[in-house]
Amino acid sequence: MSKRVGMEVSIAVSEAVKLADVDIVAAYPITPQTHIVEHLSELVADGDLDAEFVCVESEHSAMSAVVGSSAAGARSFTATASQGLALMHEILFIASSMRLPIVMVVANRALSSPLSIWNDHSDIMASRDCGWIQYFVENGQESFDHVLIAFRVAEDPAVSLPAIINLDGFVLSHVIEPHILLDEEEVARYLPPFRPVSRLDPDHPVTMGDFATPEFYLEVKKAQEAALRDSRAVIDRGWKEFAELTGRQYQAVETYKADGAEVLLLAMGALGETASVAIDRMRERGLSVGLVKLRLWRPFPAEDLRQALGDARKIVVLDRAISFGAATNPVAAEVAGLLYDAEPRPRIFNMVIGLGGRDVRVEDFEAILEKALGEDSAPGPVGEYELIGVRE
Amino acid sequence: MENFNVFVPRLLDAREYFSAGHRACQGCGETVAIRQILKAVGRNMILVNATGCSEIFSSPFPQTAWHIPWIHVAFENSAAVASGVEAALKTLERKGRLPKREICVMAIAGDGATADIGFQALSGAMERGHNMVYVCLDNEAYMNTGIQRSSSTPFGAMTTTSPPGRLSKGQKTWKKNLPEIMAAHDIPYVATLSPSYPFDLVRKVKRAVEVEGPAYLHVLAVCPTGWRSPTAETIRLGRLAAESGVFPLYEVDHGRYTINLDPGELRPLKDYLGIQGRFRHLKPEDLEYIEERVQANFEKLRGKARMTAREDRKDRKKTGRPRPRQVKKAARSKK
Repeated sequence: MSKRVGMEVSIAVSEAVKLADVDIVAAYPITPQTHIVEHLSELVADGDLDAEFVCVESEHSAMSAVVGSSAAGARSFTATASQGLALMHEILFIASSMRLPIVMVVANRALSSPLSIWNDHSDIMASRDCGWIQYFVENGQESFDHVLIAFRVAEDPAVSLPAIINLDGFVLSHVIEPHILLDEEEVARYLPPFRPVSRLDPDHPVTMGDFATPEFYLEVKKAQEAALRDSRAVIDRGWKEFAELTGRQYQAVETYKADGAEVLLLAMGALGETASVAIDRMRERGLSVGLVKLRLWRPFPAEDLRQALGDARKIVVLDRAISFGAATNPVAAEVAGLLYDAEPRPRIFNMVIGLGGRDVRVEDFEAILEKALGEDSAPGPVGEYELIGVRE
Repeated sequence: MENFNVFVPRLLDAREYFSAGHRACQGCGETVAIRQILKAVGRNMILVNATGCSEIFSSPFPQTAWHIPWIHVAFENSAAVASGVEAALKTLERKGRLPKREICVMAIAGDGATADIGFQALSGAMERGHNMVYVCLDNEAYMNTGIQRSSSTPFGAMTTTSPPGRLSKGQKTWKKNLPEIMAAHDIPYVATLSPSYPFDLVRKVKRAVEVEGPAYLHVLAVCPTGWRSPTAETIRLGRLAAESGVFPLYEVDHGRYTINLDPGELRPLKDYLGIQGRFRHLKPEDLEYIEERVQANFEKLRGKARMTAREDRKDRKKTGRPRPRQVKKAARSKK
């Protein structure tokens, strides 16, 4: 099926969940995730998706219910945002430690207070270390595709870990975009039925979620960390086979006009598309700028990113969240750590942008990049960052 | 003992689903209850255990006391996890991925995990009508963390966060009435149980499994460690609690109240409180104050049971036979 269909990204995501023949959806409504779960409810109500929609009374229970359903051997999906993700926080860590391949879409939204329903990444960055595979998608097609890719990778017996697909709230979740959907036959070729490594079964009783004394906890954590790091090979294979099926090739780190650029811009999520327009315009003006996009956030693609950043002397790192009181912000911290050994060490310009839905325009990127072009590449003060567009 | 070995296995499964050798305290009432409950259900079950004593003492990695599929996730969410398990079985059976089979999904949790931190998850699961049995093992405080008060701690009890002092008589509030709150959810079956009455307990567990939809069982779990009571008195304490009216044994089956043990005149409260160190600081007038409340509550319960009996009489007059007991429909997984 290669016809392009115009539909809201949230609806496309739900259609992908339907194609994945998910067994359980447990979700609680929160803006801007609502269109996803509303459409899933309709699919279940019409019999188009043979699943149970568990209308739980909170996000904490949503995550708890999918932990239960996944442990019982059912393909399980949920979606949330912002405060909902924060409320799930405790159970996120348990889901990954128990190696349950749940897939969740987070329609990224700012955290309160003040209450904001609009987009940034403060929700996911606060749950960054939850041990889940974490993708950031840029457009509707990537969102649709990654639901299938995420299930395929998560359920691989060698991985058996949950996955979060980060999808920017409103600016991506609520826009209508052209999507190339897959048909059931294509999906069946790509995504085999879920065969859990172990499940709650009276014929083969297992004890899940035991308690560990200090003699054992450390080894369990080591195994978990190794599983997340090793999942990278399976993720790459998942992308490669998806490309063989659809012709759409995804990579952990992608570059756009980055070769030989003096200044590179590092972006995640939907901002990547806006940024690429700025790069086009500036390249036309003969300016040496390029774009690097981080699609995979966990496991962190360190080597790919190091290569993508290449010899650039100046790197503009975008953060969509503030790490209050920290040495630097979440993405910049990661990149600074990665480039600690680089010789010569490039200068990092950390820009915090688009918090709480503050609009980010092509011109903003142009201004940021022009400024970086004008500066020299000697490292600046530690922890220096700029809040783009803030009124003093 | 010979007769015991002949007759008891006919009433109760001889197999053990909960091993000896776990790490519970001596005289632990909750452990006795778990053993009896599992025997009543049998092997076709999946158990979701909230964080708490029973979870900790039964599952120190790499050992386990459980001969049934068992999962622990967190403190406050056993009802939500069980919701997910139940929904999963239903869907997988409907889709033909699992053979159709009656599997009891049960959640067990302490009083803190039920009345306090897990209250919302419990209410949600009951309201949604999942076919599950939720068991509250009520030892009347946060025993696992060191005897802190919960909303299920009885008035006057000493705990580490409701200590008696110059300005305090211990717990200042009355025990939250969980069984009545669950009955108000209009679920098919609610009952109170005590391992001191094993056959009553077994019958109620079986009934809870049998009914279609959610069932709530509230078990009094005597805790010598937290109650400061002699470990050999656990079973007797459970009986004294029922006979004194402090913990009435009753059930609410599709809205119909039955008191399973009504001693007529309630046993004096001091028989029950007197052997527990947690009430040692109370004066005779405090006991009187509590006793009044216990009697009033029991009277309220009798009123509800009388109302049920009246309705039954009316039904019988109308139809010539008692109201039929509602049992489980044949195919649970029918959509």
